[in-house]
Amino acid sequence: MSASPNALAGVRIVEFGGYAAGPHIGKMLANFGATVVHVESRARPDGFRMQYPPYKDGHPGVNSGGCFAYFNDSKLGVTLDLKNPQGRALARRLSLWSEVVIENMRPGVIERLGLAFDALKADNPALIMLSSCNMGQTGPRADTPGFGSQLTALAGICGLTGERGGLPTVLYGPYIDFIASTLGAVAVLAALERRRRTGTGARIDISQYEAGLMFLAGPLLEYELSGRIAECSGNDDPHAMPHGAYRCAAGGWIALSCWSSEEFAALAAAIGQPQWQSDACYAALSGRSNAAGVIDAAICAWTSEREASSAAAILQRAGVHAYPVNTMADLFIDPQLVARGQWQRRHHAVIGDQAYCAPAFQLSDTPGEVTAAAPLLGADNDKVFRDCLGLSESDCAALREAGAFG
Amino acid sequence: MLKGLQVLDCTDRLGWLAGRLLADLGAEVAKIEAPHAEVHSPEWRALNVNKQLVRLDLSRHSGQFELDRLAAGADILLATFRPGTPEAALFDHGRLSALNARLIVVAISPFGLSGPKASWLASDLELMAASGAMSLAGEPEGTPLRISAPQSYSWAGAQAALGALTALAARARTGRGQRVDVSAQAATIVALAHAPTFVDIAGTTPLRSGAFVTGRSMHGARYRVFWPCRDGFVNFILYGGVAGTRSLAQLVSWMRECGAPLGALTQLDSSSWDPTLATQAEVDALESPIAAFFSTVTKREFLEQAHRREMLGYPVNTVADIAADPQLAARGFWQDVTGADDRIERHCGCFAIIDGERPPLVVGSAPRAASPEETQST
Repeated sequence: MSASPNALAGVRIVEFGGYAAGPHIGKMLANFGATVVHVESRARPDGFRMQYPPYKDGHPGVNSGGCFAYFNDSKLGVTLDLKNPQGRALARRLSLWSEVVIENMRPGVIERLGLAFDALKADNPALIMLSSCNMGQTGPRADTPGFGSQLTALAGICGLTGERGGLPTVLYGPYIDFIASTLGAVAVLAALERRRRTGTGARIDISQYEAGLMFLAGPLLEYELSGRIAECSGNDDPHAMPHGAYRCAAGGWIALSCWSSEEFAALAAAIGQPQWQSDACYAALSGRSNAAGVIDAAICAWTSEREASSAAAILQRAGVHAYPVNTMADLFIDPQLVARGQWQRRHHAVIGDQAYCAPAFQLSDTPGEVTAAAPLLGADNDKVFRDCLGLSESDCAALREAGAFG
Repeated sequence: MLKGLQVLDCTDRLGWLAGRLLADLGAEVAKIEAPHAEVHSPEWRALNVNKQLVRLDLSRHSGQFELDRLAAGADILLATFRPGTPEAALFDHGRLSALNARLIVVAISPFGLSGPKASWLASDLELMAASGAMSLAGEPEGTPLRISAPQSYSWAGAQAALGALTALAARARTGRGQRVDVSAQAATIVALAHAPTFVDIAGTTPLRSGAFVTGRSMHGARYRVFWPCRDGFVNFILYGGVAGTRSLAQLVSWMRECGAPLGALTQLDSSSWDPTLATQAEVDALESPIAAFFSTVTKREFLEQAHRREMLGYPVNTVADIAADPQLAARGFWQDVTGADDRIERHCGCFAIIDGERPPLVVGSAPRAASPEETQST
């Protein structure tokens, strides 16, 4: 038989927790073939199921939420009552069956559930467990609860978004959670590599805060070296001029930038300002910055008469950095994203067809894909507990009777 | 965890973070730079620390020959290029795999190697536009904004590291390397949370909302996120759910202890309050006394009280606030390495604690190997 088409086929992952920071790790790995079991309880389903719109036809319900679905495609969904001793015993069995446990509950909770790393390791010596929380498992504020949308502010990113001297600006959703989930997935794969090589497991402690700071490593080092405190600067950049977003026809916007005098000359020709090419004042960045008002006004006059997509095409042909400012709706018709299959529609029993986000990278030999729509609450109890854990029908019936499945 | 893994990092700014993440997890990363390329900026140093600098002139045959020699013994090659450029031929997976069938070639480009815009130019600004992120940031009627510190490069680099290790897992079974084609545009879409689903399921397009959050109330009410405080701003949102209503109750009790006017908060039953059902008038009445109260507290006070009372919310930190945060110091986040002029530099350490320890940075940011000749002996 030839090689499996899935890079991560055979990797078994169990997730305890909810929202974005934990489950998004499993989603990314499931898209490359890992078997990922998402554990919830009927009493407390994943918070993304009920607390965040949009819902199918506007009706909130445990199985009608697009937000939950978006981060849990390609997974198996089970329910367990973790307050029930037999539910906890099953959670433990699942953890022993798996190679990787991912949890993003508050520090201490997983231990109280009897699923502490050391307790599991005794029976699953090569277990990899990743814990992700706001502050990490240790330190004076380890027990801080929190959502990523707010943590993004603590990590300095919101304060670096906005016009000069204005209010900080919201970044949509829990921005920092996705930094932590992406870096967390990197750590899980690194641990799997070590496990393959040495047979040892790993305990991975992800502070979402610290993960987010990796995306500001430069400004943090600059402060360390020079004392300069980075501030928000609208769309300006110290190394390019022009560098900004400009209003176009039909309500659109275009982002464009020039990084050299040659590129600026190309822009000048493209937008009907050839006299700028011979004007020594505009040759250097400083000169263009001094004339920002004139330059921006001329660009605006040109872009406002064109749709963003055609303006961007003209400028790119001239050798100028430019792209339409895509709205969420535009993302579904962006020719580049469409050509690369960014959105993969899968059928969900309640939501119907939903567009799921494909991986951000393509592998030439073992491509990733959205293998299935997100699971309904507890949809895969039978499959997971019978097929994966080997419980008999009568075992399952007894456990159901005892309330283990939540 | 990646001990012994040999990585050749031929990236520009778009891909620097990928090698940094792999290096921090234990890989041996050689950072290839042209003979006179600038390697002293804070940005370069921050994202290339823990890598070994190797100077190679890839525009010359001797440099290309040396690259091939290094690629023959490497596990992963990271490169940033657009299709149709000379670099695309140099870093072509087909060419390199003939030298080393196990080599994983990670190609990081603005839009990926295929598609009608694969050869388009993009810096961080255009990538933030192309991914949709800018449409979600800024004032509702104002200009769409990027984040002032470039982010799309980090999203691309992080996904590139993920792609490299996914291909490494495949190689463990197949014995063969493959090409990883990373689109920075697609990588940055990850930053949007579930915003695209509104188009798909509800037929609506989320837009930027300044310092407010929308999309939580069935009646379209918007909630304030950023509030001026005595020395900057704090982030606090009227949330629902167990943690959200507890936060609100705790805030009210803090305000009461301080003797702050409670206004509409006096009548509020925080345990049953549901933000998804609130109207804008109700939200405004609740937020007014909170705004007055927050204007009297400092960021540090807010952080301490939020922690003590288990309130959801954080101050809006600057890099200076972050540098002084005791939580980060207690966890050994900052790592000292030797930088230029043998000066000690404090860098962000590895992003994770593994088996109870933060893997140390082992290579400083000061250029070591000044020429290919020196490198060849290492």
